[in-house]
Amino acid sequence: MVLAADDTLRLDANAVDYALVVAYFAVVLLIGFAARRRVSDSLDFFLSGRSLPAWVTGLAFISANLGAVEIIGMSANGAQFGMATFHYFWIGAVPAMLFLGVVMMPFYYGSKVRSVPEFMRRRFGTGAHLVNALSFAVAQLLIAGINLYLLATVVNALLGWPLWLGLVIAAAIVLSYITLGGLSAAIYNEVLQFFVIVAALLPLTLIGLHRVGGIGGLVDRVEASVGGDEQLRSWPGTGLSAIENPVLSVIGIVFGLGFVLSFGYWTTNFVEVQRAMATKSMSAARSTPIIGSFPKMFIPFIVIVPGMIAAVLIPSISEAKAAGGTVDYNNSILLLMEAVLPNGLLGVAIAGLLAAFMAGMAANISAFNTVFSYDLWQQYVKKDRPDAYYLMVGRLATVGATVIAIFTAIIASGYSNLMDYLQTLFGFFNAPLFATFILGMFWKRMTATAGWTGLISGTLAAVLVAFLSEDSFGTASLGVLPISGQGASFVAAGAAFVVDILVSVAVTMVTAPKPVSELVGLVYSETPKEQRTDPEAHLLPWYQSPTKLAGISLVLVIILNVIFR
Amino acid sequence: MSTAHGQAGADGPEQGTKQKHTAGAYDVRTVIAGLIGLYGIVLTIMGLFFTNADDRAKTGDWNANLWSGIVMIIVAVVFALWLVLRPIVVDPVALEKEKGEGTSDGSDLHH
Repeated sequence: MVLAADDTLRLDANAVDYALVVAYFAVVLLIGFAARRRVSDSLDFFLSGRSLPAWVTGLAFISANLGAVEIIGMSANGAQFGMATFHYFWIGAVPAMLFLGVVMMPFYYGSKVRSVPEFMRRRFGTGAHLVNALSFAVAQLLIAGINLYLLATVVNALLGWPLWLGLVIAAAIVLSYITLGGLSAAIYNEVLQFFVIVAALLPLTLIGLHRVGGIGGLVDRVEASVGGDEQLRSWPGTGLSAIENPVLSVIGIVFGLGFVLSFGYWTTNFVEVQRAMATKSMSAARSTPIIGSFPKMFIPFIVIVPGMIAAVLIPSISEAKAAGGTVDYNNSILLLMEAVLPNGLLGVAIAGLLAAFMAGMAANISAFNTVFSYDLWQQYVKKDRPDAYYLMVGRLATVGATVIAIFTAIIASGYSNLMDYLQTLFGFFNAPLFATFILGMFWKRMTATAGWTGLISGTLAAVLVAFLSEDSFGTASLGVLPISGQGASFVAAGAAFVVDILVSVAVTMVTAPKPVSELVGLVYSETPKEQRTDPEAHLLPWYQSPTKLAGISLVLVIILNVIFR
Repeated sequence: MSTAHGQAGADGPEQGTKQKHTAGAYDVRTVIAGLIGLYGIVLTIMGLFFTNADDRAKTGDWNANLWSGIVMIIVAVVFALWLVLRPIVVDPVALEKEKGEGTSDGSDLHH
């Protein structure tokens, strides 16, 4: 049975709430206009990035990702699985961000490789580039659909419009948001957005905890609920992975979620990496994801915990969960907002959610736009036209992508827990990409043919696993393998990674490598050490030294893992 | 944090007529202080004068608007103080040099 939330969920916003939402968007639009007209060289100074302190880029770095996925997806996961969801942060994101800062960033910054498709083109030529650009474009459209769907859900909860009308209206709003020039000020907005989201979620968590009788009350009520005390432990996470054997479940979480999916996501996602590239020195670039990891490790407390509270406090969720079957968890946090936030705070929360989803979708659409007009259209369809031509292609691509996102949103609406869907997509696209990327970076022998064949076979392996699983493609899945939900996507990602590596190695053995002279700046061993180190690094105090900060962050995240095991 | 700190007036004649100045209204901290401060004031007023039984029932008898509002005002004041104590100084000459190195919304990747 499906939770009847769509019929009953109605956020009772009043004039004050709307005024707070309007105030937020007025500020964002003002920033957009100011950025567009370059009214001040101060603003120019900010946007050119060269003076951005690391705390700003660090916050922008995690804020760029603190969208629909984190807020709705992770709270839905918290409602469904409880504390095992912490793995997404403490096994997944934080170690991956530290790896990015310590190992990968010197290479990115030093070699001036600014995007993953660009790396693919220079390292492996057009084959791998075409595959990567196409799959990236498709992934962006599908993920934009998730953001759009969530945006429409909020509009629906506010105004009661049907989903399709909400989708069209929300799409129109995002389109105008992009066109009005909010994007060139993206970093600026993301930092602001971070504070609004915390201002919304922190009171929500505290009031929610108060309502269930504090932390002790939450523990008691979760223990008494269907999931029982398994939801209060993060290991072995059999609920999350849906793998019954505890040992295999741990392997699935550590390898599939931790290593392949998270490392793949954080190290190859150029929207994120760009935030770090906007700093003034290599040390600052390395510090960006590392500084971001500190707030990141505490975000689960304001997204997962509200989900867990919603699952015991909101009758419609707890009853549906107790009754079993398919429960729609995606509305957990909205239902909690409806139940515990007074008018006023409700407005702040709505502003924060709308901002996050809109920024998330705008980032997807603009990333699509860039890849479509320059990596695909310019490279493979019409070369050597004036800049204005590609700008026009980009604008048409933006409109086209927004329209397509309405349809991919309908796909997203079919999943009862959006994290299942999202992780499945990441398994198809990010896992093989990470394998090819890391192999190509450290193994100079790897050939161009191995690049694209590895990518394709990796993706096919993940799709095959999804087909053989119980439910990754809904009823189209065959159910041959006894895996389902997010566990299936961990296995699919692991399979994609392994198959990609095997095929790449095999193909490399029978094809000719690129001459070593063409690999400078692209392969680790061929890149001179000066290119990937910061000559002034030893002059920095400890609190600005990337490796020392990374060490502190690692210790903290291990402590968190131990406390909430 | 930034190299721009504390360098005001340290340069030679090539600076010409343009003077160094603080980022002022365009410093992201100004915007954060402004918006969070506005939210704080509105919530505090809501908490003081417009709270009702319905709200009390929702929050478990906490005056959530009032407390959140006060905390937001404090956060805004801290940002404002930080802004005043450690302003970011804009150097128009350095800015001129960096023209064309670009913003990073992704649209400039392939030029």
